[in-house]
Amino acid sequence: MFSRSAAIVPQCSQQVRGMATLKMISIRLKSVKNIQKITQSMKMVSAAKYTKAERELKLARPYGIGSQEFYKKAEVKDEEGEKGQLIIAISSDRGLCGAVHSSIGRIVKADIAANPNTKVVIVGDKVRNILQRLHAKNIAMVVTEVGRKPAVFGDAAIVAQSIINSGIEFSKGKILFNAFRTVVSFRTTEMPLYSQTAVANASKLPVYDSLDSDVIQSYTEFSLASLLFYSMKENATSEQSSRMTAMDNASKNAGEMIDKLTMTFNRTRQAVITRELIEIISVIATLMS
Amino acid sequence: MALTRSALRLFSGRFNKACQVRGYADAPSMSLTFAAPSHVLYNNISVKQIDVPSFSGSFGILPAHVPTLAVLKPGVVTVFENDGSTKKFFVSSGTVTINEDSTVQLLAEEAVPVGSLDISAAKELLAQSQSQLASASSDVAKAEAEISIEVSEALVKACE
Repeated sequence: MFSRSAAIVPQCSQQVRGMATLKMISIRLKSVKNIQKITQSMKMVSAAKYTKAERELKLARPYGIGSQEFYKKAEVKDEEGEKGQLIIAISSDRGLCGAVHSSIGRIVKADIAANPNTKVVIVGDKVRNILQRLHAKNIAMVVTEVGRKPAVFGDAAIVAQSIINSGIEFSKGKILFNAFRTVVSFRTTEMPLYSQTAVANASKLPVYDSLDSDVIQSYTEFSLASLLFYSMKENATSEQSSRMTAMDNASKNAGEMIDKLTMTFNRTRQAVITRELIEIISVIATLMS
Repeated sequence: MALTRSALRLFSGRFNKACQVRGYADAPSMSLTFAAPSHVLYNNISVKQIDVPSFSGSFGILPAHVPTLAVLKPGVVTVFENDGSTKKFFVSSGTVTINEDSTVQLLAEEAVPVGSLDISAAKELLAQSQSQLASASSDVAKAEAEISIEVSEALVKACE
């Protein structure tokens, strides 16, 4: 009894040194293992969503590219005016997807710095969080509940309708989104957006027969919805593929941490056993001699 | 002799080119991109003629049609392909762009082959939208019901 209580006290003081407590290491190990399970399952979920998004994007690409053809062929240029710039930034509500949202936020900030008379329509909470602190005055509209389900044309139509109803006037405009290239890469691109006056003043517009302002208005409204739809589809695919990569890296890192922690745990456990053995043996040695 | 021969060659070359531009029947075919947000029907395929229903009247598009823009009305689009076959599609709304270089972009909000339309479902939709118009209270609801009626009438007409 006397020897046991004498043995316990030195053990306590030795265990509190740094990370050495077995209990602390095992708690940390359990939490990192949980994190790895979560990131692995997130990776699989985004892999499934990515496959679906990529399939829908492939079907939507001719539609999106076709919507931009008129503006290229008619050589529409930005209006010469002082009504400011409109940026529509496409992102989503969910994070943990790599550089998808921050790259858009960075470009919007640079644009606002270059041209303070800029209004931003934000689709998705993430970019709103990035811009809210310093550029709250430039935010014209925010669209939320984005990213949970794949985008359909109806969603883009609702956004386009709100932009038209709000009566925002602009001389030059652009849609900022992440164009999908491959599973591991995306590029932050901008699609030009032209106001009705810009279309009416296009250099090649007289070539187009029998146009009145009604037709031009309906055409630009519909094509705004189409361009928004296309950029939403591209952005969704880039986001899912980026999330897949990010979660994969996170799982790998968690795996490395688990390996290191397990080594430390085993070494500490063996050290504790060795220490106990040495103490018992030294006590017996003193008793024997 | 050589001079006249070369002059003839020059003249005949230009004559051929003039013929190519003026003769609509053997003009280069136009390239059609007919797509909806969820699927693509024609992607830069050259076709002979396209008939489209638009708010400014139904018209047919042949190669070298004058460039124009038009807004689509609910109705049937007929595509006459190069091998002589025709395909009909029902479109709900959209736009059509004919460019200078004879490329045509037909962007429809929804486009389905006419063969896959069910006439009984179309008649049911028509009855539904008519009752919707009767019970519509606000201007917006009335306009939506009228749009619904227009689409269902065109659907029924397309099935017949």
